Amino acid sequence: MPDRVKEQEPLWRDEFSISRADERYVNRRQLTKFLTLGSLGMFAGNLWILVRSWLRKAEVYHRSVVATAGEIPVGGVKLFEYPKPGQQCILIRIAEDDYVAYSQKCTHLSCAVFYSRAQNRLECPCHQGYFSVKDGSVLQGPPTRPLPRVILERSGGELVAIEMQPQV
Amino acid sequence: MAQYSSSRNIPQQRRGLTAIDAIAALIVILLVVQIWLLSATLDAYLAGHTETALPGAIVSGMLCAACFAMYGFVRRVDKDARPGR
Repeated sequence: MPDRVKEQEPLWRDEFSISRADERYVNRRQLTKFLTLGSLGMFAGNLWILVRSWLRKAEVYHRSVVATAGEIPVGGVKLFEYPKPGQQCILIRIAEDDYVAYSQKCTHLSCAVFYSRAQNRLECPCHQGYFSVKDGSVLQGPPTRPLPRVILERSGGELVAIEMQPQV
Repeated sequence: MAQYSSSRNIPQQRRGLTAIDAIAALIVILLVVQIWLLSATLDAYLAGHTETALPGAIVSGMLCAACFAMYGFVRRVDKDARPGR
């Protein structure tokens, strides 16, 4: 009979025990339960990334004319959108016959980078992240990944963007 | 209730609490590893690297299973230390 009474006890009577000794156990058990649920949440996050990466389609790049040769002076820049509208990129003429183009989005927190002609580098004004103008690699600051590079092709008198080089 | 509490084996209770504390500390360590794993996988995914997603999910699942196993152990210790609860 007493066992049956215990079985019928509501959960709250165990969870909010009036016994101090019981309370220690209940508190620790509850903490362990929430930590385990946190672990389940982390696993769910990893699963979400896995599913997203399975569903991710390979990016298709189109050819797009970004400038004509000689349109910008040496040390000058031109902004353009590639591969989709709204994805801002920066074209820089670093020498008489040498052009480079990168995504303008800083790999740290997505601020727009600009070209510093005096320092000959790409600078992010938000957290002083600096990138090499030669290859987009990180020179200084909080970014850990280089700027994605736009592959350019010379077609007659035009500079054509053909692909984005993935970050290493 | 008072009679029930006082009749318990105190050393066994303490052992139980120590075991649960140790398990909780272990789960915290595993959770920290999982948080690091999730942030590293997310960072790689956002950089366009999808090859880390599967190993990350497998390891995270194993850590999660270990956490559940340890939680089960805590419940068993609790049950043993407080019979009838």
